[in-house]
Amino acid sequence: MVGRHKISIWFIIGSLLLIYGVIIFSSNLYEWFFPSQTRTIVLGELHFGVWWGALLIIIGLIYFIVFRPWKKSVA
Amino acid sequence: MPGNFHTHLVLLFASSSSIMSLGWVDSLLIIIYFLSVLGIGYYLLRFTKTGDDFFMAGREMTAWIAGLSFVAANLGSLELMGWAASAYQYGILATHWYWIGAIPAMLFLGIVMMPFYYICKTHSVPGYLKLRYGEGASQLSAVSFGFMTVFMSGINMYSMAIVMKVVLGWDINFSIWVSSLTVMVYVVLGGLLSAIFNEVLQFMLIWLGALIVPIVGMIETGGWSGMVARIHQNFPAGDYTHLWSTMGSFQDNPMGIHWTGIVFGLGMIISFAYWTTDFLVVQRVLSARDLRSAKLAPIIGAGFKMFVPLIVILPGLLGLAVLPGLVGENEAKLIPGAHSYNEVLPLMLARYAGPGLLGLGVTALIAGFMSGMAGNVSAFATVWTYDIYKPIHLKLAKSEGTDAHYVKIGRWCTVIGVFVSIGTAYLVQQFASIMDYVQALFSFFIAPLFGTVILGMLWKRATKAAGFWGLFAGIGSSIAMWAWVKLDHSALKYIALSPYAKDMAENMYRGLWSWMICVIVTVVVSYMTKPKPESELVGLVRGCTEIPSEGDIPFYKRPIVWATVIFIVFVALNIIFW
Repeated sequence: MVGRHKISIWFIIGSLLLIYGVIIFSSNLYEWFFPSQTRTIVLGELHFGVWWGALLIIIGLIYFIVFRPWKKSVA
Repeated sequence: MPGNFHTHLVLLFASSSSIMSLGWVDSLLIIIYFLSVLGIGYYLLRFTKTGDDFFMAGREMTAWIAGLSFVAANLGSLELMGWAASAYQYGILATHWYWIGAIPAMLFLGIVMMPFYYICKTHSVPGYLKLRYGEGASQLSAVSFGFMTVFMSGINMYSMAIVMKVVLGWDINFSIWVSSLTVMVYVVLGGLLSAIFNEVLQFMLIWLGALIVPIVGMIETGGWSGMVARIHQNFPAGDYTHLWSTMGSFQDNPMGIHWTGIVFGLGMIISFAYWTTDFLVVQRVLSARDLRSAKLAPIIGAGFKMFVPLIVILPGLLGLAVLPGLVGENEAKLIPGAHSYNEVLPLMLARYAGPGLLGLGVTALIAGFMSGMAGNVSAFATVWTYDIYKPIHLKLAKSEGTDAHYVKIGRWCTVIGVFVSIGTAYLVQQFASIMDYVQALFSFFIAPLFGTVILGMLWKRATKAAGFWGLFAGIGSSIAMWAWVKLDHSALKYIALSPYAKDMAENMYRGLWSWMICVIVTVVVSYMTKPKPESELVGLVRGCTEIPSEGDIPFYKRPIVWATVIFIVFVALNIIFW
């Protein structure tokens, strides 16, 4: 939804998910290679955080690109 | 829909210790979230100039935005935690509140009621009552809604602060002030527009934060059949995975409820009352940009609502499979180190979520709380400004105020609403029993209001006096039935049809009876009084209103098609989990 607003809410959501995805992906990737052993989680060997972070990056990127405010509109 | 679990959470958590601690990555995600919602409010300030912008989001929301906001305003964090706990306690029966207790009503709102709400261009549900019945019914509804909304908001705020204290060790004052002032700032800046934009953002975060538990939980238990097998192994005496087969008798299921209570009380009255007349949710749909979007919004909302059990009920069931030792709140207080089933959602989150994911899950809880609170204060500001302040101003000043004047009042109402909520939160901290009374008070108004609104929309003969007296009788009888059971518990067998009925069953039947009393009184008084001429009912009542055609659009864009699809899926899900 853009309406009168130059920035679509979907673009804001995409940006936030992208930032979240990068943070979660990178911190879990670091944890994978340099485990801190601070807290044990069930099924930690799946490294779910890495895959979830990647998923957030993909969803965020899609929204970010499709709803970018500087996209040329078709007349 | 509010429930008594708020009280249980508060009482339990008052004696518990912290469940999880956040790392710097988790904290960073939460800080970014707060900055984002404030940034959205600041950005939207420039687009919030008129009353329509502030109170109705400019009436330009797409069906998707209005639909997601419609569901998000109801998806509070206590709703998430409370129903996950109920799923641990009662099993899959808790799903009734998401399926039969929501879907038919949401579809009915979209297909049958929305055209009248939308065509008459009302600002609120009390506003519709004013157009249909005049001042009496409208004022009764507006004043009760206004007060109950901010009180409920305060109760939710306090309950949330207690949860944050136990789950994360956060100070209660910090949680109350930071979260509520953030909501206040973004709603004051951008009004309903800001509330709706943030609710859509919060909706996405709630799903992405909460989905972690069911996905990893299903992997751990080996899918649905593996989970059911583990539950049967852990609790061989109980049936936690069937929706309807145990509802033939009050004693056969842990909820102590009969199928008639669920179908007629919850499915036909309580859910229709909440989803079609509670202005907190209806306001989101009124912001739609055209009639087709307004009809589609609740249908889209119903589609998402149908799958909310994935992030609420399934974690509770998974808890039964992998955390069988959770106990009731009284036992948890007595046994050192024991946890109550009220903590099942944060416990499951702590079980599966690593760095960052924990922060995302906690952000989902905070987002849930803030979306619920923003819904409360924005609805409060609209009803207070348009339905209470405006008529008084008109009488005293003998003239209409300017649009800018009402926007200013709306902003002040938002501030006042938030501070009254904060005050209620501290009052509840001192006197916990207030919580039960306010929740009961809220339930008194919902069912009769549905009787008044639905008769007004569908029956031309309903008169002005009947609208007021029907609503008044419904509310009065609901209070009388509640007081009767409070004073003499044996009255339960009359009100809820069984001495074994639990609180939830009593609420269902009380709603059903108060709705029937409202309808009967409205019909009787209508036949005793003079109806409005049909010319005054145009745009308000079925039979006097021509519903605009949806035009020449493909079948897959028609609301009725999607409502049918969702209803078929709803029936199929009930059969699958019978």
